[in-house]
Amino acid sequence: MNFKNPEFEIVRNKDKCISCGACARQCSYEAHIIDPDTGELKAEDMNCVACHRCVVICPTRAITIKKHEMTYRENANWTAAYINQINRQADTGGVLLSGMGNPQPYPIYWDRMLLNASQVTNPSIDPLREPMETRTFIGAKPEKIELDAKGRLITRMPPNVELQMPIMFSAMSFGSISLNAQKSLAAAAKACGTLFNTGEGGLHSDLFQYADNAVVQVASGRFGVHKDYLDKSRIIEIKIGQGAKPGIGGHLPGVKIDEEVSRTRMIPLGADAISPAPHHDIYSIEDLRQLIYSLKEATEYQKPVAVKIAAVHNSAAIASGIARAGADIIVLDGFRGGTGAAPTRIRDNVGIPIELALAAVDERLRSESLRNRVSLVAAGSFRNSADIFKAIAIGADAVYIASSALIALGCHMCQQCHTGKCNWGIATQRADLVKRLNPEIMAERAANLLKAWNHEIKEMLGGMGINAIDSLRGNRLMLRGVGLNEKELSILGIKHAGE
Amino acid sequence: MKRVYAVEKLCLNCKLCEVYCKTAHSKSKDIIKAHKTEVPEPQTRIFVEGDNLLSFAANCRHCENPACVEACITGAMTKDPITGIVDNEKERCVGCMTCVMACPYGVVKAADIAFKCDLCRGEDEPACVKHCPNRALIYIEGGSER
Repeated sequence: MNFKNPEFEIVRNKDKCISCGACARQCSYEAHIIDPDTGELKAEDMNCVACHRCVVICPTRAITIKKHEMTYRENANWTAAYINQINRQADTGGVLLSGMGNPQPYPIYWDRMLLNASQVTNPSIDPLREPMETRTFIGAKPEKIELDAKGRLITRMPPNVELQMPIMFSAMSFGSISLNAQKSLAAAAKACGTLFNTGEGGLHSDLFQYADNAVVQVASGRFGVHKDYLDKSRIIEIKIGQGAKPGIGGHLPGVKIDEEVSRTRMIPLGADAISPAPHHDIYSIEDLRQLIYSLKEATEYQKPVAVKIAAVHNSAAIASGIARAGADIIVLDGFRGGTGAAPTRIRDNVGIPIELALAAVDERLRSESLRNRVSLVAAGSFRNSADIFKAIAIGADAVYIASSALIALGCHMCQQCHTGKCNWGIATQRADLVKRLNPEIMAERAANLLKAWNHEIKEMLGGMGINAIDSLRGNRLMLRGVGLNEKELSILGIKHAGE
Repeated sequence: MKRVYAVEKLCLNCKLCEVYCKTAHSKSKDIIKAHKTEVPEPQTRIFVEGDNLLSFAANCRHCENPACVEACITGAMTKDPITGIVDNEKERCVGCMTCVMACPYGVVKAADIAFKCDLCRGEDEPACVKHCPNRALIYIEGGSER
């Protein structure tokens, strides 16, 4: 006996359905079935995850997915989700897994901050008529610049990477997402003059051509890390933690380690890929410094080294340590950041909002005169260009986006990444599903998203009478809080609206 | 000439090309009427072969020297010397179906008379290409060399 109730109901409009069967052939969850005897289309609501592949592929839009009316006897405390989760665990005895970012209704501070604009006393700028700069350099900046008598630069500049816009694609490994999805993001990054991130799954040889746009990750599993890998990048990123699952490692099951993944990760075919929770050679800031300088040595000090941590309670102190350890870039990943698979309890309960962590880290680095020594990159669910704009005003140099980029590639946020059955060809290695994602089409879509957001950032800058993103960075006077208490305002370092 | 080429590594086996081909060759040009009520029922001229793992859509190759034209006993099947389109003239076809047997690709089909892909005559892009959700059908010159 199965105690679970279906979450969704598949409604087929018989007047519109032409029985072409595309829905059944496209559903990897087997929620649509062609009856072998009658040829009729049937639905198995229990299997539906509301990924909407059928809805989009149906040529007559005959399908609607509804929240199922059949529900548990829930109340404010015992919600249907909790009852359902208990039933799942009573069935299996296992840890609950989830994909995507934290969906719980914690405060979203982006929505409690408002932007300024010019009126009368300072003119606003029209970005269509006047030049507007969103170019961003990330990497350490020198304490001071020295020039010789002829005005030539004497100071040896630390390696910096030029981005045409302050938006990069965040780490998603080959394994957690498909190679076609990675190719799409890599091509979009190249087209837009920004970077994509390999995640910890190594760099597939098909992506070597995008080396100038690659951030390569060195994570606790050290998968696919070798000299060539480090060389085929613009930035090397040491991954300590991930916003969706701070303190937790990763586990890519052996069934997903096919020939390509095995070669790229440099691990045996079919062997589980275990990323330990900690790096086994990093137990202190001093250890981290050793790895940072090992990587700098290996690449002859030509590339910035980034360190990525999840936003946790002591982020500010940790970030100060990371800056002193010699990192060129600190990446902060907030608790709403996505994942291919995380224990549900961890995803929903561990970590802190990126807005607060970013403000605290920026403030701490400034107060310790370390801010110029590192660039700050914020990550963890940027839903639109205004979120990004506010992050830069708080103090970020640039941001990483991933969930929003995947939505551009077709993701419908069904949160089933961990099942490996992604109907959109994103979070899967199944050949029949991966080919649904045409890198040519999806690179265009991802690039369009970046261009659109960059354009919107210029509009917002212009409205403030600012013509360069550098003048916005850390300019918290451009932000005002609404509905925030004194403590929240003081951590964010902003005034309340009306002040 | 421009032809329709199938990119099998991108074909989803969704068969929407068949759906839109059938609609394009209906009287009403209405997708629901074409599939549910129209009499005689319109026919698709493109056929998806295979399964979800490996599939491709096959339609007329509009050959340089078409076997169907050579086989036609009434002169109904012709290759247009200007556009290169191979098509069957309804009024002259007697339904002997020799062309169906002669076609090496199996893409001339039999109903009361023979019917086949006409590259959606007069359209910039055939319906199958226009509606393929994954660009698995492309309409270009010299695609077989690619």
